[in-house]
Amino acid sequence: MLRRRLPLLLCFIAGLFMAVQYYVPHHSVQSAYETLLLWLQTLLAFAFLLGTVSLIRVHYHKIRNKAADRGFSLVMFAGLFAMLGLGFFHPSHHAPGSPFNLMFLNVQVPIEATMFSLLAFYVASAAFRAFRARTLEATLLLVAAAIVMLGRVPIGEMISSTIPEATRWILEVPNLAAKRGIMIGVGLGMMATSLKIILGIERAWMGGGD
Amino acid sequence: MRARTPAGFVVGVLSISALFLCSAALAQEEIEAAPADSLPPLSPPTSVMISDTPNDRGFSINVTWALSSDDEAGRVTSYRIYRTSDPDTGFAFAGRVSPGDTEYRDGDAPEGELVYYRVSATDDVGAESPSETSAPTQAVPQWFNKERINVLIAVFIFVAAIVYFVVSARRGKDLFIRRLAGLDEVDNAVGRATEMGKPILYISGLSTVSDVATIAAINILGEVAKKTAEYNTRLIVPCADPIVMAVEQEVVKEAYAKVGRPDSYNEDDVFYLTRSQFAYVAGVNGIMVRQRPATILYMGMFFAESLVLAETGASVGAIQIAGTDAVTQLPFFITACDYTLIGEELYAASAYLSREPVLLGGLKGQDTLKMVIAITIILTTIVATLVAVNAIGADFMTPLLITQ
Repeated sequence: MLRRRLPLLLCFIAGLFMAVQYYVPHHSVQSAYETLLLWLQTLLAFAFLLGTVSLIRVHYHKIRNKAADRGFSLVMFAGLFAMLGLGFFHPSHHAPGSPFNLMFLNVQVPIEATMFSLLAFYVASAAFRAFRARTLEATLLLVAAAIVMLGRVPIGEMISSTIPEATRWILEVPNLAAKRGIMIGVGLGMMATSLKIILGIERAWMGGGD
Repeated sequence: MRARTPAGFVVGVLSISALFLCSAALAQEEIEAAPADSLPPLSPPTSVMISDTPNDRGFSINVTWALSSDDEAGRVTSYRIYRTSDPDTGFAFAGRVSPGDTEYRDGDAPEGELVYYRVSATDDVGAESPSETSAPTQAVPQWFNKERINVLIAVFIFVAAIVYFVVSARRGKDLFIRRLAGLDEVDNAVGRATEMGKPILYISGLSTVSDVATIAAINILGEVAKKTAEYNTRLIVPCADPIVMAVEQEVVKEAYAKVGRPDSYNEDDVFYLTRSQFAYVAGVNGIMVRQRPATILYMGMFFAESLVLAETGASVGAIQIAGTDAVTQLPFFITACDYTLIGEELYAASAYLSREPVLLGGLKGQDTLKMVIAITIILTTIVATLVAVNAIGADFMTPLLITQ
């Protein structure tokens, strides 16, 4: 019984405090709030240890069970321990030119940049699918997108000064109105979800049920 | 002659140089003396007023003054603000502001102690002209931020609406909830994965557990896990945050236990991948390509990675259901996924899937407040329009609608 009630009680107290502190500017309350945020950071540091243990366990099991894709697990271990070793045993791993820094700047950063640059190709393929004018809505989307794209580059202005104006209107009137409508809904949804969790109505985060 | 000429020349040059240097020094003295002789000292700032900063945590005093009359002429280089608890023992420097500024907020005032202020106009050589000492006041912390009273009223209305509908639902009142095609499809998607013998991939975004969208994603995961446990379908949950991972492991484990299949739960299927955004994308894309999941669910907060994930998912032929409150990522999900939950639908999903009357009551409360907001927007638009065309004289609604 306590196993289920204690998390609910802690959630209620912490949630209520977080809601109350928004209205109470007094330094005693704000200091407690700032302390709680520091606790969260401390918790996060320990949680990373938890994450690393999970990562190691999953990939260790893959290698031990001779899973088909265990080669990737070996690469993961090689990367993990190489960076850990360089970070722990090199005296100034943050210094420019240190092996840790070199690995970070010349391996991890370019790989991540490559992944990010793939986005351009995916945007092209998604646009091709989205702009097929099969329905009225898709046609409207196609026309709006064409105007916005033209209005954002110098050639749009060269064709007609109306195009940048139309772009601005599309972005600031129908587009912004739709965004605001969604955001009002999101705000209310957030409040309702928070309230249901604080009051213990929503318990799915505990696995659901009583 | 040959010997005398250089000597005379040197003497002449030295004499001219000495004369020139003396003249230059005299001229310099004249230049330096000129301002002191011709410009009077700066006139000091006047009307120094101080007050406790309203709705604050304490330790803060607002200081205002009228500009020095020399400010406009450009002679003032800064205003220096001084504070003391006893004017007889001297003032301590509290801060400085640029010329033209007429206010300063001192955030280091002692709490509950009478303090006095002076403001000095300072010129380019550092000469100061101090104002009269202000009347005393004290920094007092407040227990309630009056500027947020409108938010509090809205919260009370919201809580009342939710409590009313939750109580109504508990009493058995039938509540109508509109259909959400994406959530109706979850059952089919799980069934499809079961028939195909392929796993379901659940991605709960890249945000942390302090994000409400992530909490909503965790709530939905609980309901999805119950279905996968019933169908005995593998559920893979790669996590980008270790705390989210710990919570999701518990949620999935509990869900499996609840439907009577605790042995089917595999802890290795809910695992931590990485915090790094595009390393996470690479990891998840790898899982998609290797495992070929029949169904992929994207729920929670997403950023630039959304399209890369969703397009890869589409390329492996998975049914994809997305839900996010990230407005900028919604078009990508709408384009690449089969079903998309837009904004608030993400928060409604848990209640919708569980069909628990109490949770549905919360949704009805949410809808009620949305209606109140819509009516308020229409009314305030009418009032603002009438004010703009001078049909009514005062924008009396303004204090009610401004929050800081």
